[in-house]
Amino acid sequence: MTAIRTENLTKKFKGITAVNNLNMEIMENELFALLGVNGAGKTTTIKMLSCLIKPSEGDGYIFGKSITKDSYNIKPIINVSPQETAVAPNLTVMENLELIARIYGNDKNSSLVKTKNIIASFGLGEVQKQKAKILSGGYQRRLSIAMALISEPKLLFLDEPTLGLDVLARRELWKVIKKLKENMTIILTTHYLEEAVALSDRIGIMVKGELKIIGTSAEITRKANAANFEDAFIYISESEAV
Amino acid sequence: MKISAFALRNSREILRDKLNLAFGLGFPLIVLLLLSAIQANIPVELFAIDHITPGIAVFGLSFISLFSGMLIAKDRTSSFMLRLYISPMKSSDFILGYTLPLLPMAVMQTIICFIAAIALGLTISMNILLAIIVLIPSAVLFIAIGLLCGSIFNDRQVGGICGALLTNLSAWLSGTWFDLSLVGGTFKKIAELLPFSHAVDAGRAAMAGQFDMIIPHLIWVIGYAAVILVLAIYAFTVKAKSDNK
Ligand SMILES: Nc1ncnc2c1ncn2[C@@H]1O[C@H](COP(=O)(O)OP(=O)(O)OP(=O)(O)O)[C@@H](O)[C@H]1O
Ligand SMILES: [Mg+2]
Repeated sequence: MTAIRTENLTKKFKGITAVNNLNMEIMENELFALLGVNGAGKTTTIKMLSCLIKPSEGDGYIFGKSITKDSYNIKPIINVSPQETAVAPNLTVMENLELIARIYGNDKNSSLVKTKNIIASFGLGEVQKQKAKILSGGYQRRLSIAMALISEPKLLFLDEPTLGLDVLARRELWKVIKKLKENMTIILTTHYLEEAVALSDRIGIMVKGELKIIGTSAEITRKANAANFEDAFIYISESEAV
Repeated sequence: MKISAFALRNSREILRDKLNLAFGLGFPLIVLLLLSAIQANIPVELFAIDHITPGIAVFGLSFISLFSGMLIAKDRTSSFMLRLYISPMKSSDFILGYTLPLLPMAVMQTIICFIAAIALGLTISMNILLAIIVLIPSAVLFIAIGLLCGSIFNDRQVGGICGALLTNLSAWLSGTWFDLSLVGGTFKKIAELLPFSHAVDAGRAAMAGQFDMIIPHLIWVIGYAAVILVLAIYAFTVKAKSDNK
């Protein structure tokens, strides 16, 4: 089944086109990495697909439902870990997680069970009673990602999830993501290319709002006639820059 | 489910801010003590405890606007809000989630104000209960003002408008500090066109047992509360959309 399909998806802000005529199709349970240099349009694409902002032109479909007309039915089955850490500062780690679980329709008991499970798999146990605002940046980040996962979405957007995590936490998160992708569709953005290569089934590279190429890392490297994926990424990103 | 979870979060955010508590409870109580100290030395009818308490209660409620306005203004620009906008929460969930926890807080604040007044010599009678009930529309009014300001302004502006302007308006234009008819003229007319003096007068009428005087004053408060609440809902919904454009 198709998880995401976009038709000429476009977003224009005053004076600039952040996302231009995006056409892509992502399958269910695929892990798709959306790459591109700063300002390429990754976050804007995620904001449109998660029904946060309206496209200027075109449309997108999440499991067949239109993001412009049917957001009501899309919202319960998706979740996002925003690029910027997004936690309620005066709530504890547990309270933050329970809040999100309940907003997505879980009752008190199942919220608590899910909270405990996710605290265990994210190594948040030792800080679970602490207020989010006093956590270190990396712990806040982990909490923010955990809050996206607790609703058990069918489609998950991870916007630069590993930003600010130490090497150990990053590898831990990789493990979590690998396990998740068995029964979840994941769209991931990152500036760590080796992360995209290690985790994703397919990669798309955006340059100035346009999706330039889609394929596995091997396919992209071959098409760009490059020695490795990083060279291919640089070649594609620069060749289009004017 | 959604509403109660969000409401719980909002009351935690407000109550865990010690400064909120200090201002919301401390300020009105200090003023109450101050005025009754003045009253003890130079008795003025205006500052008689039965007369002054409803005014102090209304003054205290203006801090509720500050809390709700600050919370919403801060939320609106935070990435945490992004997460809530992405979630299945509807506009009505947001509005109710912000309003509902504030109402019991406002009523509690009013009750504490009256208990302090009793300690200072307020005549104990059933009229106290009535006065507290009569002040509930005022609580809604101030919550709505907070919602509106929080939806339109940023947190620093809310601090200025609700924290400085509104608390002063509700103090000076409510007839708590001085008898409005002593000043008279345009000042009195403006005060009578605004809801604050009516809120206080409705409370005073309840305290004095002049029951037929309550409704004429209360109508002003309820009218203002309804209009501002509608404006606030509109502003929040529109602003929520444009914040993400
Ligand atoms: N609200 C906005 N108003 C105006 N321009 C915007 C807005 N949001 C994004 N843009 C612009 O759209 C373009 C794409 O931004 P976007 O955040 O999607 O990039 P990105 O690929 O996520 O970059 P990064 O890797 O830095 O996160 C940028 O030029 C940015 O300045
Ligand atoms: Mg981005």
